[in-house]
Amino acid sequence: MKRLLLTLLITLTPLAFAQGGSMTVTFQDDLSTLDPAVGYDWQNWSIIKSIFDGLMDYEPGTTTLAPNLAESYTVSEDGRTYTFSLLQGVTFHNGREMIADDVKYSFERMFDPATQSPGLGFYLGIVGAQPYVAGEVDTVEGIEVIDPYTVVFQLIEPDASFLHKLALNFAHVVPQEAVEASDDFGREPVGTGAFMLSEWVLGQRVVLERNPNYHVEGRPFLDEITFQVGVDPNVAFLRLQRGEVDILGDGIPSARFSEVMNDPELSQLVAQGDQIQTGYITINTEIEPLNNPMVRQAINMAINKERIVRVVNNRATPAVQILPPLMPGYADDYEGYAYDPEAARQMLADAGFPDGFSTVLYAYNVAPNDRIAQAIQQDLSQVGIDVELRTQAQSTVIEAGSSGEAPLLWSGGMAWIADYPDPNNFYWPILACASAVPGGWNWARYCDSEIETMAAEADTMVADDQRDERIAIYRDLFVQIMEEDAPWVPVFHERRFTMHSARVGGPEAIFVDPIHIPVHYELVRATE
Amino acid sequence: MQATYESAKAPKWLRRFWRNKLGIFGLFGVLLVLFVSVFAPLLAPYDPSEQFFEGLTIEGDPLPPSQEYWLGTDLLGRDLLSRVIYGARISLLVGVIANGAAVILGTLVGVLAGYFRGPVEAVLMRFTDLMTAFPALVLAIALAAILRPSLWIVALVIALVNWVWVARAVYAQVLSIAKRDFIESATALGVSTPRMLRRHVLPHLTSTLLVFGTLGISTTVLLEASLSFLGVGVQPPTPSWGGIINESQSYFLNAPWLVFFPGAAILLTSLSFNLLGESLRDALDLSERR
Amino acid sequence: MLLNYLLRRFLQALGVLVGISFVTFLLLYFLPADPARMVAGRSATPETVEQIRRELGLDQPFPQRYASYLWGLVQGDMGRSYVQKAAVSDIIASRFIPTLQLALAGILFELLIGLPSGIIAALKRGTWVDQLFMSTAFLGVSAPQFVVGLLLLYLFSYLLPIFPLGGYGSVAHIILPAITVGLAGGGWYARVTRSAMIDVLRQDYVKTARAKGVFPRRLLFKHILKNATLPVVALVGLDIGVFMGGIVIVESVFGWPGIGQMIWQAIQLVDVPVILGGVLVTACFVVVGNLVADLIYPLLDPRIQYG
Repeated sequence: MKRLLLTLLITLTPLAFAQGGSMTVTFQDDLSTLDPAVGYDWQNWSIIKSIFDGLMDYEPGTTTLAPNLAESYTVSEDGRTYTFSLLQGVTFHNGREMIADDVKYSFERMFDPATQSPGLGFYLGIVGAQPYVAGEVDTVEGIEVIDPYTVVFQLIEPDASFLHKLALNFAHVVPQEAVEASDDFGREPVGTGAFMLSEWVLGQRVVLERNPNYHVEGRPFLDEITFQVGVDPNVAFLRLQRGEVDILGDGIPSARFSEVMNDPELSQLVAQGDQIQTGYITINTEIEPLNNPMVRQAINMAINKERIVRVVNNRATPAVQILPPLMPGYADDYEGYAYDPEAARQMLADAGFPDGFSTVLYAYNVAPNDRIAQAIQQDLSQVGIDVELRTQAQSTVIEAGSSGEAPLLWSGGMAWIADYPDPNNFYWPILACASAVPGGWNWARYCDSEIETMAAEADTMVADDQRDERIAIYRDLFVQIMEEDAPWVPVFHERRFTMHSARVGGPEAIFVDPIHIPVHYELVRATE
Repeated sequence: MQATYESAKAPKWLRRFWRNKLGIFGLFGVLLVLFVSVFAPLLAPYDPSEQFFEGLTIEGDPLPPSQEYWLGTDLLGRDLLSRVIYGARISLLVGVIANGAAVILGTLVGVLAGYFRGPVEAVLMRFTDLMTAFPALVLAIALAAILRPSLWIVALVIALVNWVWVARAVYAQVLSIAKRDFIESATALGVSTPRMLRRHVLPHLTSTLLVFGTLGISTTVLLEASLSFLGVGVQPPTPSWGGIINESQSYFLNAPWLVFFPGAAILLTSLSFNLLGESLRDALDLSERR
Repeated sequence: MLLNYLLRRFLQALGVLVGISFVTFLLLYFLPADPARMVAGRSATPETVEQIRRELGLDQPFPQRYASYLWGLVQGDMGRSYVQKAAVSDIIASRFIPTLQLALAGILFELLIGLPSGIIAALKRGTWVDQLFMSTAFLGVSAPQFVVGLLLLYLFSYLLPIFPLGGYGSVAHIILPAITVGLAGGGWYARVTRSAMIDVLRQDYVKTARAKGVFPRRLLFKHILKNATLPVVALVGLDIGVFMGGIVIVESVFGWPGIGQMIWQAIQLVDVPVILGGVLVTACFVVVGNLVADLIYPLLDPRIQYG
């Protein structure tokens, strides 16, 4: 299926784009690590994807699962056993063939506490993973190598999102000998992916070169990609216009955004697409008077989302619910809470706060989040809620949220971009009882055991014919959370606008890929 | 006639002061900034925090100066003039009081270390080294997270950051002054130490102190913005000049008014204080008094 | 005498460094932000966070952590970055030369701009030349560096492509960032030079010489400048230290791979070993810069003796 789509892409692309050429991408922040078990920033997310492969991936530009290193897979009747046959003849960048033992090794390495993998929690449903992490056993029982090209995963409970989890970077396959030979694998990555690392000058640039032995015929198109770090977005924009840069990794600087979009030539260079993202305010359900659902509903009605969207140069669409439109389970017919300050005041009065109250809103201090926080502050003051702002460093805001101290918290800059396109990714880490603990990311401290049971049951529905039913459960569940408890104010869903130079091209969707954020590097072409 | 009579009665220094046009300009500037900050509510055409829906273009960009918004609007559609007027309060407090505290502390340390030398010097100057290398930003974040962010923390951090510069410069000068002939002869005459410092050392430092006291206004006002950014200082939407510049500086090619007006306010303030200070110093002729 | 002085200063410097490391360590320890949580990321379970905390050694009590950090330092080990996982010494090494280059170029431009304007202004005191130079100095100090930097890039790299549009490499890359630093610092140096000059010019011996009509270059350079540059030397000594700690804004506008950016990002992410490493490097240069300044004073004014 993936191959079919790729052939389609080739025939649609103008002939001017042949194989070869190079491009330059800029980022402001330094790249942290290219270790797939560790990297979890949006800058390195898709760079890692272009160096490594996992058993699963997605069709480019979409959220449709497709096998990658797996040639095929089967799921047992009870949904607890996944059997993968691996592609044969796939080699690591060091020339050795990738086999099933590497898959098992990669998981065990990720589970090793010394690796400090932030993704570990996704895979604790594999049989034997927990005792392995705890150091009680020296192998993960539930990952079984049958022969060099067959690997079997046993799960404790069925998990409908397991294939998605296998597509995450944390599950990418690494060669043991390269990991052990390196003092810092994150700086000397060796994978099976489309590109290989050729140069890394700390604090300046990372250069990737084409992997001539890549397992997908004819890919990638570019010979070389250079990532320049430490580049201010405003300067990157000037450099792109001068032809020195091909992709603005951090997006179009907001000061120049409308100028670009109103320019007939420049706007041609901008690819647009939706992200699987929601920007929201968490309302702490454990703090007075926010523990009153009516107060939370009133807050929902008080926020003028249209205006906030305007403050971010219309680079988002107003949100009415928790899930973003691209996510399966999005309720098309649900309208959420309409902006109505009059009704909000009334509801506050009914809840026993005719004169409003005072509270605190935390927000990340990097633009535009400071502005959005101020817009929220003004909206709430209109209904009598006096908000004190705390715009602070990311780490401080996260601490305020996860310790449960923050009454209100604007999630922007730290908001939920889905790890994988399954609705349960918007439930378990950020709205479940299990994550409503100190150190968790459920900053609203929302916990409803009835809903928790619904979600847990839905996740056991793994059969293909149960898919629609499962998605419907999630759709209802998220609507119910908002309707009854309103622990969040969903404010907007970001849209991605990626500007690239005229000399690089390819299907528009790969420049705003919902999974390979921000760009699906494997499929970019250049004219020279 | 009346005026001449009056000024004839005025002390000599005052007459000298009035003759200096730049000094008058400085005095006028200082009074203007004081006036604006005290009477901000009466002078500002709008509430400085009110975000006007029509204060942004349909694309979400700020509006240039117009009849309705004299200095244009900021990135949230607020009236820039009102924000600059209210911003005078925070900026004056930080620039004059916090920086003033730094100058006083720095002078004290520099004079003591340079005059007494020996162990006093070692302790004071190594402490200065320590404070110079001290990560002010880390301190700022820690304070912000532990205490409620407030203007006083900003003032404290600024004073802690800035005094080392004064101390080092003053120390170097005192080293040299202490060895000059008039000090040596005064010491020989048995002039007491406090009197010596007050009458013979400090007057020679007035020029340097004026530099730090006035140029420091500009740097501290800008520093306040980065501290507020880290969450230490006044939190939005309270306006300050440095804050306005900080939040809108990336827009200055497209919306130069956002940076130009608060920048001009900072320049005017520090320049006015400087002109006033220099003119007063010359009128009092501090450094020539023996 | 000098050797004795140097030895004493060296011991004092060690004390300063230990003091800095202790205070920074203490502040970061009490910072209400959890490095383990930042490393663990948003999907981590509380157990994972706990595990990472143990792995980073954050579960140990303060004295033990500080002692093991110091012990590492003695052995030349500054620890590993929580975020990048790389050795802190490698990260700092990669940024050291660029930082040093920008520091030296920045100080050079500060002096090139500041000293002559200060001297001319002092000699022409009260004239329009003085006013012009001093107003410009105020403009230089009051202008936000981000704006100056971006404006210079726009004018001299974009509209008139004379210099590269940011980045690190050739000599051409360093000119604009150094000018940006130089404009702000130059304003300070101009003002300090001028006021120190004026103070010296009021000295009796200078007045007498001037009254006699003797005001040759010799006097200017031999006596006046020497004395007037004492505070300038003090400020250069401080600048060395501060610039070696990085100039965050200028580095960020020009994409200069300096230490300032590194510390700034580390602070945002609570990457404790990197913050500590950066602070200690800065501290070393503060100590060295001030020591050099203290060593130069007696050379400029022989009446001053080493304390």
